[in-house]
Amino acid sequence: MNKFLLTLGSVALIASIQSCKMKTTDAVVAGDAAQKVYVAPGKYDEFYNFVSGGFSGQVSVYGLPSGRLLKVIPVFSVFPENGYGYSEETKAMLNTTNGLVPWDDQHHLELSQTNGNYDGRWLFANANNTPRVARIDLTTFKTVEILQIPNSAGNHSSPFITENSEYLVAGTRFSVPLGDADVPISSFKKNFKSTASFVSIDKNSGHMKIAFQIVLPGMNLDLSHAGKGPSHDWFFFSCYNTEQAYTLLEVNASQKDKDFIVAVNWEKAEEYAKAGKGHKVATAYAHNTYDESTQTATSTIEKEVLELDPKDCPDMVYMIPCPKSPHGTDVDPTGEYIVGSGKLAALIPVFSFSKIIKAIQDKQFEGAFYGIPVIKYEAALHGEVKKPGLGPLHTEFDGKGNAYTSMFLSSEIVKWRLSDLQVLDRKPTFYSTGHLMVPGGDTRNPYGKYLVAYNKITKDRYLPTGPELCQSAQLFDISGDKMQMLLDFPTIGEPHYGQAIPASMLKDKQVKFYDINKNHNEYVTMGEKKANVIRKGNRVDVYMTAIRSHLVPDNIEGVFVGDQVYFHVTNLEQDWDVPHGFAVKNSTSVDLLIMPGETLTMKFDANKQGIYPFYCTDFCSALHQEMSGYLRVSAKGSNVPLKFGTGVVAPETASK
Amino acid sequence: MVMLPVQHYHFYSTNMKKLTIPGKVSIILVILFLTTLWVFPMWRIDLRAPQYPGGLSMKIWISDVKGDVDIINGLNHYIGMKTIHKKDFPEFIFLPAAIMIFMGLGIVVLILNRKVSYYIWTFVFAILGIFSFYDFYKWEYNYGHNLDPTAPIKVPGMSYQPPLLGYKKLLNFEVLSQPDIAGWFYIGAGVLLVAITIYEWKKSLAK
Repeated sequence: MNKFLLTLGSVALIASIQSCKMKTTDAVVAGDAAQKVYVAPGKYDEFYNFVSGGFSGQVSVYGLPSGRLLKVIPVFSVFPENGYGYSEETKAMLNTTNGLVPWDDQHHLELSQTNGNYDGRWLFANANNTPRVARIDLTTFKTVEILQIPNSAGNHSSPFITENSEYLVAGTRFSVPLGDADVPISSFKKNFKSTASFVSIDKNSGHMKIAFQIVLPGMNLDLSHAGKGPSHDWFFFSCYNTEQAYTLLEVNASQKDKDFIVAVNWEKAEEYAKAGKGHKVATAYAHNTYDESTQTATSTIEKEVLELDPKDCPDMVYMIPCPKSPHGTDVDPTGEYIVGSGKLAALIPVFSFSKIIKAIQDKQFEGAFYGIPVIKYEAALHGEVKKPGLGPLHTEFDGKGNAYTSMFLSSEIVKWRLSDLQVLDRKPTFYSTGHLMVPGGDTRNPYGKYLVAYNKITKDRYLPTGPELCQSAQLFDISGDKMQMLLDFPTIGEPHYGQAIPASMLKDKQVKFYDINKNHNEYVTMGEKKANVIRKGNRVDVYMTAIRSHLVPDNIEGVFVGDQVYFHVTNLEQDWDVPHGFAVKNSTSVDLLIMPGETLTMKFDANKQGIYPFYCTDFCSALHQEMSGYLRVSAKGSNVPLKFGTGVVAPETASK
Repeated sequence: MVMLPVQHYHFYSTNMKKLTIPGKVSIILVILFLTTLWVFPMWRIDLRAPQYPGGLSMKIWISDVKGDVDIINGLNHYIGMKTIHKKDFPEFIFLPAAIMIFMGLGIVVLILNRKVSYYIWTFVFAILGIFSFYDFYKWEYNYGHNLDPTAPIKVPGMSYQPPLLGYKKLLNFEVLSQPDIAGWFYIGAGVLLVAITIYEWKKSLAK
């Protein structure tokens, strides 16, 4: 009997060892996951998921729940694939005060909002490295505006947006001296500042303008979110490095128990700006706009910005202590709760907006940071989520009173309840989630249903591809009490934040092609009969048309070494999905991808004598291979007349 | 009042040749049906190919050709078919003129109030209808057979005449040719004319 018990005991022991093994996806993926993500051929996804491209500088668009990549929208980086940033029409989009900056680090996205809900008009994107914000038109999925942010560096807490798209913000992560002051790095405390720029968005045109910049002490503004409903007037920024370290931040910026959430009353700031409490400061920043009618971008250098100093503007800025270098600062759909995610903390503080207001009224301050009142932690606190996991980074909401927080260190998503701060569920992620995203999760009315975790570490998720791996996202079903993992999908660049909008809000308003009659490009060729080649000095303008399956002109002679040839190619097609490409042999520029009804220009430097074939690079028809031509570049000073045409056969060839 | 029986008799005697109430109403209806030719297209040719999931559609109106004509023209150059242009169709001038004259004749028939004129009117319509279809067929034949000898794609023995009515497969395209709204009204007018002609004929025999 004893022997039997002993045997039974060891079996139980071995069984318990088995059950102690680490969790893998095998353990978390349930049976019907495949059905939930299967979008049959010919069927559409439920959501457009816009995902930031991180170090790719672009924005990618995925379908949910399939996780299929639908498009990469070029925003802050040149895009040889379609000529963005290379064509004469689009070069100006990437202009800055330092000339054309061909790359950036794109972190966060925000859809335009009306009454705290997505309205499907525009998508805004930030550039972290060379501070800029961009606007993307959601009828063409094209970048139509880029605005540089002066007096800033590390434009990270951007482009978060107010409930009616009144403003988007741009906050400094790497404090810098204002202007171009040459100061010792060690004078950080004295000379370095962070700024919170408020960029107004025109209701009708979407045009962006820096309304004012709030000058804050030198520290690192990290993320932000606007209030909603009762907290409509406020914007909340998380910050770290209130230690004001300027070297080895890893250690030196992680010393304090608490950093801050900076609460900015932007309605008040707007009043101060109107009342002349700010001062205009000379500066320079590029403002680039793409004109739909001329299909051409122009860059203007703005010369002035309005600065607001909290010292001159009482009741405009408050600080709320927040544990351990907070990252996400997220406002729940009711606008009452503000969730700070201290990335080095073992708890999640949840602040109450009504308590914050009461604390301000009762002057419950524990001191001041560079003259800015610091509200007592307990006075602002709704409560803390205890033991949620390790490394909370970012929180979104489902509109049913629940919050979802990504845990970088413990690599999981944690679901908890806003009212009593109880943890309800946790699911592992593979691996180390940064941001997460619930469709509409940052609005007043989240769509819920799904959650996407954008993971920072990939390791063994897919077939290995050498040392450099794609990034990985994971889709969860959050419609039930417990979260269910559905899908892994690879992503481009490094996704940080994302936004998702129901497909029905965008799919029927997509532009299918440009009306050729509304093409006001300076170099448009309205029909093959207008095709032309014009020489002015050493500049040669080729007015070329493309239609299936020929280019006019397709023979060009009389171009000499040293000439600059501008190929202005107009796609005469007026049908959906008939782009033509254009490339010239040995061109140091790149491909043009010209949509129906559009005109794009490639500059070709004729550096060497020779015959240069050019051709359509986008397979357009059964006779696509025939859609080609020749440019003859002759030695300088040779006697070759300017000649061009299509279908003209020389008599000596014809007679044969 | 004394004359009533005489008048009564007279009424019956002429009624043998006069139109019945349904006959008169039908004239108004036929004219109304034909006016739809100026409001709706009369014929449509729908094309479908794998590359055109939404399909292409050419709509023939009494005096115009609309729909995806530019796209169809662009496609047809591969096989050397002529491009379709409104100005190449004299039909767009004489067909509306003929229909208008026919509608005017209807008013005359109504005023004359004679069965015989109604029969003639129906006969004119039949001629008009047959001629229209013959003309349409002839155009389709030429359109499908007169191909540019330098066309890039030549399929031996292949012609591209669209169907007069119904379905046909032409290379990668499926083609469906059928009346559109005004076309159905036109057909309705024809059916009505024939039906009333028979009705009037039977009425005259019955007396």
